[in-house]
Amino acid sequence: MLQRILARNETLVAIILVAFCIVTAALEPSFLSLATLFDLLRAGIVTTIFAVGVLLVLASGGIDVSFTAIAAFSMYVGTKAMIAFGMGDSILVAFLVAGVIGLALGLINGFFIASLRLPTMIVTLGTLSVFRGFLLTFVGTQLITAVPAGMRSFSRTMLVRITAPDGTFVSLPIAFLLVVFVVALTWFLLNRTMLGRSIYALGGAPESALRVGVNVVWVQYFVYAYVGVLSSVAGIVHGSLARVANPFDLVGLELSVIAAVVLGGARLSGGHGTILGTLLGVALIVVINNSLIVLGIPSTWQGVVTGGLILFGTGAPALRARLAALRED
Amino acid sequence: MMTSERARFSFADWLRRLLNDNLGRLALITALVFVGMSAAEPNLFLTRVNLSSMAFQFPEFALLALGVMVSMLTGGIDLSVVGLANLSSMLAVLVMRNLAPDPHAAGAAPAIVLGVAALLATGAAGGLLNGLTIAAIGIPPILATLGTGLIFSGVAVVLSGGAAVLGFPDAISVLGNGALLGIPAPVLVFVAAAASVAFVLDKTSFGVRVYLFGTNPIASRFAGVDNFRLTLGAYMISGLLASLAGLIIAVRANSAKADYGASYVLLSILIAVLGGTDPYGGFGKVSGLVLAVLALQFLSSGLNMLQISNFAVEMTWGALLLIVMVINTGGLNRLLGGSFVRRIERSKE
Repeated sequence: MLQRILARNETLVAIILVAFCIVTAALEPSFLSLATLFDLLRAGIVTTIFAVGVLLVLASGGIDVSFTAIAAFSMYVGTKAMIAFGMGDSILVAFLVAGVIGLALGLINGFFIASLRLPTMIVTLGTLSVFRGFLLTFVGTQLITAVPAGMRSFSRTMLVRITAPDGTFVSLPIAFLLVVFVVALTWFLLNRTMLGRSIYALGGAPESALRVGVNVVWVQYFVYAYVGVLSSVAGIVHGSLARVANPFDLVGLELSVIAAVVLGGARLSGGHGTILGTLLGVALIVVINNSLIVLGIPSTWQGVVTGGLILFGTGAPALRARLAALRED
Repeated sequence: MMTSERARFSFADWLRRLLNDNLGRLALITALVFVGMSAAEPNLFLTRVNLSSMAFQFPEFALLALGVMVSMLTGGIDLSVVGLANLSSMLAVLVMRNLAPDPHAAGAAPAIVLGVAALLATGAAGGLLNGLTIAAIGIPPILATLGTGLIFSGVAVVLSGGAAVLGFPDAISVLGNGALLGIPAPVLVFVAAAASVAFVLDKTSFGVRVYLFGTNPIASRFAGVDNFRLTLGAYMISGLLASLAGLIIAVRANSAKADYGASYVLLSILIAVLGGTDPYGGFGKVSGLVLAVLALQFLSSGLNMLQISNFAVEMTWGALLLIVMVINTGGLNRLLGGSFVRRIERSKE
């Protein structure tokens, strides 16, 4: 039992995460505070929503690099449309408008991948350029600093607000609740529905999935549509929390989000990956990005540390699998 | 009458054969883009100035794409090329600056030679590291090179504090701005590199093994190929090409910087795939890559002249990639019919 727990990728990531936190707390005791926790949770909101979507794609055996472009696209177009039509009073409208845009863009990915059967990496690489290029060419390049009232009040609504011992406020925005909802929904989808099992089946062995009667085309459409909608949610949350709709934002994060998910145990070859692992992977990346300075490591080292972490986090399980295979031979 | 009719028939035949071949279609697309842009802006596009400016622009990302292509032939990918390019050029400029503190002084030749040696050594060592993380540890190439790419550019940031590093001796600027017999020096570097890669892939047993390994790594192992050394070799070639690209980028900018050419990562993958390289390995030709580079360069220069924004250029690149993929894989035919199992097999690595 213990052996099995230790052999899991999640365990390794959790150990690194805890070790990192202990070292940081030892060097800087103020790290162990509610304020730090809330800061980290806040910093991880957008990445977590993205990561959950990426997990679904990886589990289905594909890869999506276009989700950040979908997020920027639906965030910017949605915000612009709400202002133009004067319907920005409710955040629900924002999610609805952006969600429809994200769904449409996700279905475009789905069409090339599921119907035309092109490689997922190439398709999403192409649509990344197309979505972003279209946004910046035809929609606009100007920042929208006066975001609709609904988005402003969403960013101001706090889930919890506590006065710390030293008199400062620590608070967690309501958007965190949305993350919990997205995570719970996706967990339920992956683990408790036929569709979720079909996604893993498709990623693990597409031909077998086909033969046991999985509607492969439909499942792939669903995966990319779901990622499209999730990305648009992440986009609106990002725009709301930043209180600015910037069409240049978000694109460029895609590879680090994928890295976080793979760090958490999802495999690029498909069929593997858990919500828990994904959350741990994201937590590790967020904690490290936000506490290097506390540890006294200059921010110029961030790239080296993150890169080394990706190599270690993916290398350790790969090496262990290789050694196990050697022992069996 | 008879002869002209026969000639027409053979032309139709020739056209059909051209269109049935991926490379032929790409050549046609490239030619059409060139003719189209020349027709749209004859006074700007078809000029000496523009042709020469295009020739100075494309070699840097063409070299990166060449490296990505070699890694893709093995069924992998190299996302670290831009990071390695910047790290190599950073080390090169540091070596040159230390050995020849006065950039205008004559006699910088030893400094340049040692600097270029450092550049190539960095490229080869970076490639070796990539190969080892992939072949020895077993990390999937996309993640291994994502990680090493972050480390390469991270080390470059640490070395420079994030600033541009100046100090190339004057003599080396000829590599960025000079020309021989009217041919820009960067083009000469690219042609030499592309010819060497084509020679290695087509004429050496190493090349044959690369294609075999990319098609089926298990078969190649049972055929007696040393897959481990082959992977190291392929990524070292990719690393060397990246360092050459880094040299040209840096010399043209007259400085080395950790974040030059960040957009080149996706662009070089796009070029390789557009040029007919199979991202799952085993297929791809240097000639296709050259055509893809030219098509993209004609397209972006032409669109710039038509006063179309850079963002629209990015969009057309993405659209071109999708269109070429749909045509090359017969995607539309598949939509209309064909065995499902065969379709699935293709979509799975």
